[in-house]
Amino acid sequence: MHEWALAEATVTAVLETAEKEGLQEIVEVQIKIGELQQIDREIFDFALSQLRPLIMETTKFQIETVPAELHCRVCNYQWSFTSEPLDLEVSEAIHFVPEVAHTYLKCPNCGSPDFEILKGRGVWLASIKGGK
Amino acid sequence: MLDTRVSIIAERLSQVGKVLAVSSGKGGVGKSVCASALALSLSKHGYRVGLLDIDFTSPSTHVILGVEDVYPEEEKGVIPPLVHGLKYMSITYYSGAYPTPLRGIDVSNVLIEILAVTQWGSLDFLVLDLPPGIGDITLDTIRLINGVNFLIITTPSKIAFETVRKLILLLQEQHVSILGVIENMKMRDSHFIREQVERHNLSFLGEIAFDSSLEASIGAVDKLLQTKFMKTVDEILSENPAICNS
Repeated sequence: MHEWALAEATVTAVLETAEKEGLQEIVEVQIKIGELQQIDREIFDFALSQLRPLIMETTKFQIETVPAELHCRVCNYQWSFTSEPLDLEVSEAIHFVPEVAHTYLKCPNCGSPDFEILKGRGVWLASIKGGK
Repeated sequence: MLDTRVSIIAERLSQVGKVLAVSSGKGGVGKSVCASALALSLSKHGYRVGLLDIDFTSPSTHVILGVEDVYPEEEKGVIPPLVHGLKYMSITYYSGAYPTPLRGIDVSNVLIEILAVTQWGSLDFLVLDLPPGIGDITLDTIRLINGVNFLIITTPSKIAFETVRKLILLLQEQHVSILGVIENMKMRDSHFIREQVERHNLSFLGEIAFDSSLEASIGAVDKLLQTKFMKTVDEILSENPAICNS
């Protein structure tokens, strides 16, 4: 239910942005979720449906999972997180704190833990459409 | 694009009375032991206290407190377990004893994630154990935690204080609250640190004598509570009501 906390963050960010932009109604919201978060979409969607306030009752949520791309700073190799074979415990740890990927993953080419997460982490509000 | 996790941080800390960021310009001055002792002392005085280790690449409060075989509960986020009366949170629940090499952006993301998902509930104090220096975590603590109060640790060393001075100047320039400075590991009479602290118009909160018995109490909180070090921390708290006042 860690997803609940992130859904709550999403609703808060949408409300904050709507208020800043002076929106009276929120028609559509685009959310991008990094694959590294390994969010259970069913739980996240359920939490959103439970947490959305009146102003968001009819809001359409476009939610996209962004694949995680990793890049080795040492040898420049680039690879995708989906290709990583992870045991359950490691997967759970990365689910809670995605950056502990640096604890468990290494560059498949040179073995370095010094890689950057090019994309595919965090939960982002990409756009919001509404009426004033 | 807006990182939605940042938007919920204020709400997550909304029931926390006071956030104390235990910090220093230099490593090895006893920040983590002071942060742990401060949290334990506040708890002993009946306050509801959380301790969050945000030295993500070199966490150590779990060693000081002897934290083993406890994990956060998952309930609409993450609920830190109670350790010696403290709600205790650390990256080590997820990284174990393995090294976690992180660069700046990764460090910032860990802090954002943990602050966004941790359900502290109602606390009088949340004590943060920071890494040394004025890098990412110090800047993110200032950026992400409204109303944070810094409590600075130094040793009697001129070298340590020179780095502390930079921290003080940064915080003062950014109008961030500094509760004062504690001089740790004092081995001989000297007014150098007190004078320097007062020159910056800050409170000199007290001095803690070097305690050779401290090392033997690492990992054993019952022993730690009996040390001279701990007694001095208790005294510093009672002599400086500004630390506890909201």
